[in-house]
Amino acid sequence: MSFSFTDEQAEFRSVLRRFLAEKSPTTEVRRLMATEAGFDQEVWRQLSQDLGLTALHIPEDYGGQGFGFVELAIALEEMGRALLCAPYFSSIVLAATAIMNAGDEAQKRALLPAIAAGDTRAALAFTEDNGRWDAAGVALTATPHDGGYQLDGAKSFVLDGHTANLLVVLARRPGSAGDAGLSFFTLPGDAKGLTRRLLQSTDDTRKLARLEFRGVSAELLGDEGGAAAPLSRTLDQAAACLANEMVGGAELLREQALDYAMMRMQFGRAIASFQTLKHKAADMLIDVELAKSAAYYAAAAADADGDDELAAMASLAKAGAAEAYMQTAIHAIQIHGGIGFTWDNDTHLWFKRAKSSEVFLGDPGYHRELMMQRWQDGEPGA
Amino acid sequence: MSEDTEASVRAEVRAWLDANWDPNTGLVEWRNILADSGWGMPTWPSEWYGKGMSSTLGTAVEEEFQAIGAIGVARAGIRMLAAATLLEHGSQMHKEKFLRRILTGEDTWCQLFSEPGSGSDLAGASTRADLKDGKWIINGQKVWTTSAHHAQYGLLLARTDWDLPKHKGLTYFVLDMEQPGVQVQPLRQMNGHASFNQVFFTDAEIAPEFMVEGLGDGWKIATTTLMHERRGADGLRRWAMGTDRPERAYAEERAELATAMAPYKWYPQRMGRIDLVVERARTTGKLDDPTVRQEIAKLLTLAKSAEWTARRARAAQVLGRNQGPEGSIGKLAASHVARLANHVHTLISGADAMLTGADSPMEGVIAEILVSTPAISIAGGTDEIQRNIIAERVLGMPKEPRNDTDRPFRDVPRNLIR
Repeated sequence: MSFSFTDEQAEFRSVLRRFLAEKSPTTEVRRLMATEAGFDQEVWRQLSQDLGLTALHIPEDYGGQGFGFVELAIALEEMGRALLCAPYFSSIVLAATAIMNAGDEAQKRALLPAIAAGDTRAALAFTEDNGRWDAAGVALTATPHDGGYQLDGAKSFVLDGHTANLLVVLARRPGSAGDAGLSFFTLPGDAKGLTRRLLQSTDDTRKLARLEFRGVSAELLGDEGGAAAPLSRTLDQAAACLANEMVGGAELLREQALDYAMMRMQFGRAIASFQTLKHKAADMLIDVELAKSAAYYAAAAADADGDDELAAMASLAKAGAAEAYMQTAIHAIQIHGGIGFTWDNDTHLWFKRAKSSEVFLGDPGYHRELMMQRWQDGEPGA
Repeated sequence: MSEDTEASVRAEVRAWLDANWDPNTGLVEWRNILADSGWGMPTWPSEWYGKGMSSTLGTAVEEEFQAIGAIGVARAGIRMLAAATLLEHGSQMHKEKFLRRILTGEDTWCQLFSEPGSGSDLAGASTRADLKDGKWIINGQKVWTTSAHHAQYGLLLARTDWDLPKHKGLTYFVLDMEQPGVQVQPLRQMNGHASFNQVFFTDAEIAPEFMVEGLGDGWKIATTTLMHERRGADGLRRWAMGTDRPERAYAEERAELATAMAPYKWYPQRMGRIDLVVERARTTGKLDDPTVRQEIAKLLTLAKSAEWTARRARAAQVLGRNQGPEGSIGKLAASHVARLANHVHTLISGADAMLTGADSPMEGVIAEILVSTPAISIAGGTDEIQRNIIAERVLGMPKEPRNDTDRPFRDVPRNLIR
């Protein structure tokens, strides 16, 4: 396990940071979060076609660049830092990864190249109104029909589900329960019988949709009844990615709060000279650095062959990053004082992203329990 | 020397050990041979028991010693801090008189820096040294002094001028501990151990030639000692070894280590013993308790994240890159881990957490954790000082205004005693 980035990876990060500083200033974030689509077509084209970001972790055989989760995680950390408004997590991290894990060879060749090119924006619809993040919570049914399948039920909390042109949907065989009888299906975003509604979300930079299916025709993806394992792996990989996205945002907040404390004068001195602020800043640094270490480790575990410690590590990193991000956001607002509670100040944009990230894919308590269940043979990551 | 390659140095030291190492030699006799040869401290200059080698080559020599189980120079305790300080700042006479007997283990040293009135604020030392009839007369009190009860010499930081600002009125001395004016008392800690001492000086005497460098140079030299102390912070492990082989030199080394290591028996417990958590929870049945599982998971997340952060820092160091902030937070992270571990061990033990000794889990090991972890956030720089260091040196935040550096030390406010 490597504990440092290569020079190439560091260069990739700095290219990305420059690109995002230019394309995703908070004026753009504020403009896009007020739109229904929530992203800019031209920036999406640039990050797909000019930078190839949508192809990063997709294998070369399927039109991708064949990098790993470590590179994907770098991209996410930078996007989390810049609060980029784009359907990247939904299409690349969730949907493409699910197709890579579940699809057969022909399906991967059919679906992945367009996603890698950014032409297709896919979304993974697995959660429902009950808000459960595991496969067993799925109630939406897939009934065999005319040699294909028909989907009936509802999905909710679907990231970018209202704009995706390809949906990957988790459904169950009627009468099945738990992890059994679950399958993935694909269908176009404008399929007949599908109603899509944008949900009002606290974090406007993360668009969530509710999807209703009434006899919607869909194609099976991968093995019938065999979706539980690839879903679980997809969610582990996504949790590792989300942890990296979160530490990017947390670090930005930490830096901005520090800048503010250095600039702000009260009682005749910079508030950064007060010990209570210095100690808070030191605590924030520790929170963020520890969470970064875990997020990096989880991304590396997602790329590691063989002995699979990803499951426990992803949950560890997700729980750690969620708490660090939220705590950093709370401190950041506190350090800004009154102005930090205003709409005009940017801090709340990241505060709300921290809040949605805390819950998305499962809250810290949920992931700590998962981590304990996956703790095998003593210490993972030893 | 500079053209020596690692391979040729390894070959040379192997050949020398072949010809000279005999475990049936007495320990002091063997270490005198080491001192004369330069192989005991290869990174020291050749005029002082060394060979002027780089630290990389020094490590290679050390590995060759370990490979055949050859004993090295005495390293346990404060003596290496004394040696490093004297090597850098000591006079010709200091080096001649002290260095060899440090390496042979004949002399034990202690560090007389901390005082009841100056802990975090070390430069506020008020133990006084006054020149009377051609001798320095020492009065005052030091505390947290490891090994003082069996040390021959102490590194003393004392105030020689009360009219100068605090950092400028301090002078560094070598004090002979075996004299009537020095009284050593063990200091009992809240966990029942007495790993340290208090040292009282009542007209103790120091001859003028045992001042290190000049009058008022004390703070500068103390900084050297403290720098070596921090560098060697992970050195504990290295000299905590020893073998049960029967030959004379090994037996004598065992006795030396037993004395030197005795104060540190509880040190693993002060870190929180993360290694015991899951097994203890399984034993007590608490591994099935959802609340306890959450707390264990929080602890493991914190502990693993801290470990990986240390590994990131080390990886950056190995690559010769500028260390990021990850290099400065280890000690504070260790405090958090220990504190949370204490909480988790309490949850796991339940009512047994009220017991100690033979009546308690693991013959008192758990009880010792519960009353030892407060030390980790105080010793070697409190959490608060660590936060100040991070804020000022890593984050570049301004220092707080001070009211102790711009005036004579005698005018600086001291503890209020009512």
